[in-house]
Amino acid sequence: MFTLDSKIPEGNLADKWKNHKANLKLVAPHNKRKLEILVVGTGLAGSSAAASLAELGYNVKVFTYHDSPRRAHSIAAQGGINAAKNYRNDGDSVERLFYDTIKGGDFRAREANVYRLAEVSVNIIDQCVAQGVPFAREYGGLLATRSFGGTQVMRTFYARGQTGQQLLLGAYSALSRQVGAGTAKLFPRTELLDIVVIDGVCKGIVVRNLVTGKIESHFGHAVLLCTGGYGNVYYLSTNAKNSNCTAIWRAHKRGAFFGNPCFVQVHPTCIPQTGDYQSKLTLMSESLRNDGRVWVPKQKGDKRPPNQIPEEERDYYLERRYPAFGNLVPRDVASRNAKYVCDEGRGVGETGQAVYLDFSDAIRRLGRDVIEQRYGNLFEMYEKITNENPYEVPMRIYPAVHYTMGGLWVDYNLMTTIPGLYALGEANFSDHGANRLGASALMQGLADGYFIIPYTIGDYLARVDFSKKGNTDHPAFKDAEKSATDRLRKLLDIKGKKTVDELHRQAGKILWDYCGITRNATDLKEALEKYRNIREEFWHQVNVPGTGEELNQSLEKANRVSDFLELGELMILDALHRNESCGCHLREEYMTEDGEAIRNDDEYCYVAAWEYKKDGTWDLHKEYLVFENVKLTQRSYK
Amino acid sequence: MATISVTLKVWRQKSRNDSGRFETYFAKDINTEMSFLEMLDVVNENLIREGKEPIAFEHDCREGICGSCGLYVNGRAHGPLKGTTICQVHMRSFKDGETIYVEPWRAKAFPIIKDLIVDRSAFDRIIQAGGFISVDTGSAVEANSIPIPKAIADLAFEAATCIGCGACVAACKNASAMLFVSAKVTHLALLPQGQAERYRRVIKMVEQMDAEGFGNCSNTGACEAECPKSISLTNIARLNREYLAARLVPRQYDN
Ligand SMILES: Cc1cc2nc3c(=O)[nH]c(=O)nc-3n(C[C@H](O)[C@H](O)[C@H](O)COP(=O)(O)OP(=O)(O)OC[C@H]3O[C@@H](n4cnc5c(N)ncnc54)[C@H](O)[C@@H]3O)c2cc1C
Ligand code: SF4
Ligand code: FES
Repeated sequence: MFTLDSKIPEGNLADKWKNHKANLKLVAPHNKRKLEILVVGTGLAGSSAAASLAELGYNVKVFTYHDSPRRAHSIAAQGGINAAKNYRNDGDSVERLFYDTIKGGDFRAREANVYRLAEVSVNIIDQCVAQGVPFAREYGGLLATRSFGGTQVMRTFYARGQTGQQLLLGAYSALSRQVGAGTAKLFPRTELLDIVVIDGVCKGIVVRNLVTGKIESHFGHAVLLCTGGYGNVYYLSTNAKNSNCTAIWRAHKRGAFFGNPCFVQVHPTCIPQTGDYQSKLTLMSESLRNDGRVWVPKQKGDKRPPNQIPEEERDYYLERRYPAFGNLVPRDVASRNAKYVCDEGRGVGETGQAVYLDFSDAIRRLGRDVIEQRYGNLFEMYEKITNENPYEVPMRIYPAVHYTMGGLWVDYNLMTTIPGLYALGEANFSDHGANRLGASALMQGLADGYFIIPYTIGDYLARVDFSKKGNTDHPAFKDAEKSATDRLRKLLDIKGKKTVDELHRQAGKILWDYCGITRNATDLKEALEKYRNIREEFWHQVNVPGTGEELNQSLEKANRVSDFLELGELMILDALHRNESCGCHLREEYMTEDGEAIRNDDEYCYVAAWEYKKDGTWDLHKEYLVFENVKLTQRSYK
Repeated sequence: MATISVTLKVWRQKSRNDSGRFETYFAKDINTEMSFLEMLDVVNENLIREGKEPIAFEHDCREGICGSCGLYVNGRAHGPLKGTTICQVHMRSFKDGETIYVEPWRAKAFPIIKDLIVDRSAFDRIIQAGGFISVDTGSAVEANSIPIPKAIADLAFEAATCIGCGACVAACKNASAMLFVSAKVTHLALLPQGQAERYRRVIKMVEQMDAEGFGNCSNTGACEAECPKSISLTNIARLNREYLAARLVPRQYDN
C-alpha cells in the first residue's frame, strides 16, 4: 500500500526551508533549456511560476482557457495580501503570521509549510513593488497596511479594493516579458482535458483549442496545475463564472490524491441572492468589517427599515459574543453566526436571508471622506448591484461559498502523488488547513509561484532523463486524447431535455443545503443519495447544442459540470467521514451549547487524502499532522 | 419586484469568415434586478430548450474587473451607464417594451471569433512588447527602500486600473488603442521603478500598437467617455510626451 510522504525536511522549524534549499539538486543553465515545463493556469500562482521558471531558462509553455492570462480569477481579489513585514511596529513577525495562520486553519495544516509561507511573505511584497504594483501608500511615501479578520496586527498590504488585479497585472507583466522574449509560449483559449501518465510519471497534457475544438497533446518533463479552486461546485459562489475543477479532477482520476475536499470557506460578507436567475454572488471585501458593524434586529420578524430601529433594539451579535475580536472574527465564525441569526428569523431584507453591515458609526467618527478613501470602489460596486447607497443605508450581506482549502494533495515540494505533476495556488490542498484567513490566498499563490516552485522543481528535473527531446508518440497520449474526445462526444449525443445550468443549479443547491455552512451525518447521507441521482439525470437528460468542432460554450460548461458532479460526491463523503468540527467544517453533532466547534484532535488530526479507484470509489489515506511548535488549543475569539 | 419585456436584436456570426446578421429575440417578464448578462443567460436557456444555439458572449467575473465582457449595446460600448462594464449593468436601466441592439466590438485589430466574441490578443502582444518592468524574481530590493509620494502612487494606480476590455478601441471611430496603451505607459512611467526602461518601453509599445493595425488618435475623447474604468484622456497626452521625449533620446543610450 502507498504511504504518503510529505517530505518535510528535518531540523528546527525556522531552519527547515533554508536547509532544504541548500540540499536541493540544481539544474545547470545549459540543461534548463532542454527541459520543458507545462504550466496550466495564469492566475497568481500560474503567472508567477511561469515567469520565474522562464527567467531561470526553462522552456515554458503556458495554458489558459481565458482569452488572455490577465483574466484569471485572481484578478477579482479585493482586500489585500498579508506579509510579516512589521512596518507598523505592532508586534508582527514571521512567527506570529505563522501562528495566526495555523490557528486560523484550526490546526489542520502542516507546520513546516505554513512557516515557510510566512517566511517568504516578505519577499513577495518586495518583488511586487519592484514590478510596479501600486500598493496603497502613506503620505510619507511608505507602504500602507490594514488589519484583516482573524488577526490583531496590521499586516495586510492592499491596492484600494483591487489588490488581486494589481498583483495579477504584476505577474502578468512578468510573464508577458518572457513571452515577448520567446522563453515562454502562451496558449490562450486552450483548456486542459487530461494529464498523461506513463509508467506512473506525468509526461504531458491533453488540451482542447476552444476556438477550433481541436484536441491535441503536449509533452512536458513536468506539469504544473495552477488552475484555481472549485467553489463553483455549489453553482452559486463568489468565483468567476468559468472557474472549475476539471484540471485537478482529471488529474485525481489519473492518480493524484485529493486532500480535504470538504474544506470549503464560506465568506460572511457577500451581496445576498435576489432570485432564481442569479448567476453568481458578489463578494464585499472582508476589509469592510474593519469599519462596518454587523447587526440584526433583536426582535424576530422586525420589518422596520434599519434607520427606524433604535440602537437598543439592535443586536450587534458579533461584538456581543466575541468581545476580543468583535466584527473581525474569522470568516467561518462570522458566517455561521449570520446563519444562526437568520435561522432564528431575525434576518433582514426581502428574503430574510441577510444581516446588516452598518457604516454609520464609522462615518460619524472618521467622516465620509475617509470611508470613501478606504472603500470607495466597494461602495460603488454595492450600489451598482443593489441600487442602494451604503453611505446612507446599511449594506445587506449574507455568506456565500468563496474559497476551497481542499485540493490536490501535495508534498513539501508542491508535488502531487504523481511524480512530475505539481499543484500550486488554490488548486492544491494548501497551507490553510480547515479555514483560510483573509488576505492569505494571494500570499500563498505568489509564494508557490515566485519563491517555492523555482527551487523545488529543479530537484526533480535534475533527475529526469532529458538527453532525448520529448515527444507525444507514446500510445498513452493517444489514449488520453481518445478518452477526452469520447467524453465530449457522449455529452453532445445525449440531447436530453434539461440545460447544463439547470442541472448544475440543482446539484449545487443540494451541496449548499447539506454540505454548506453546517453539516450533520443524517443530512449528508441523504445528500449522497440525491446527489448521485442528479448525476444520473445529467448523463441522461442534459442537452448540449452545437458540435465539438467549433467554439461551443455549452459544451465547455457541460464538460466542467460533469466533473463537478463527481467531485461533489467526494466532498460529501469527506464531510461525512470527519466526525469532528474544525474550521469551516461544522458538524452539528460536534459543537458546544453556544454553537462553537468541538475538534477531535485524538482521532482527526490528519489530512484526508483520497485515492480514486477505477470503479468510482475511493480509498482514504491519512497524513497525520505533527505539531512540535504550537500547542493545539480550542480556537477562541471571545 | 418589477418586470419588463424587451426585444433584442443580436449580432449572430458563426465564425470569423461568416458574414453575420442581426437576429431578433424576445425577453419576456425580465426581473429588473437581473444583470444584463443574466438576462442573456435567460434568453440562452430558452434557445437551448428550443433546440437552438445559444448566443456566444464572453464573461467571467461579472464584477467589472476581469475585462472579459464587452458588448456594444444600443450603439454604446458597455451599454448605457458611465464608468460601468456591461456585466454590471442591470435591467433596471432599460424600459419596458424597449428594443435593444447587441453587437460585438468592431475593429480591424479585434477580429470576430463568434457572435459577440472578438479576439483581443493584440492587447497582450502590446504588453509583451514592453509593458513591464524587467525585474527577475528574487532580485528585488526591500519594498520600503523605494518611497513614492502618495499622490504619485495614486496617479499610477488610477492608470493601472485599466481592465484591458477594449471598449476604448470599440468606441473610437479610428479604432485607436491609445487610451489602453497610455494607461500602461503612464502607470509605469510615473513610478521610480519604471524609469530605467521608460523610453524603450513607450517606443516598443507604440510600435507594436501600430503593427497590430489600430488607428490613429484624433482626440475625439470617445474612449474616455466609454471607458468603464474612467481612464483619463490626460494619459494620452502623457503618452504623446513620453513618445516624443523617447524619440529625442539616442536609442543606443536607452536600450
Ligand atoms: C471575489 C474574491 C475576492 C478575493 N479576495 C481575496 C483577497 O483579498 N485576498 C486573498 O488573499 N485572497 C482573495 N481571494 C482568493 C484568491 O483570489 C484566490 O484564491 C487566488 O487568486 C487563486 O489564484 P490561483 O492562481 O490559484 O488561481 P486562479 O486565479 O483562479 O487562476 C486559475 C487559472 O487556471 C486556468 N485554468 C483552470 N482550469 C483550466 C483548465 N482546465 N485548462 C486551462 N486553464 C485552466 C484559468 O484560466 C486561470 O488562468 C478572493 C477570491 C474571490 C473569489
Ligand atoms: S482604457 Fe478603459 S476602455 Fe480601454 S481597455 Fe482599459 S479599461 Fe477598457
Ligand atoms: S465579466 Fe469581468 S468585467 Fe465583465
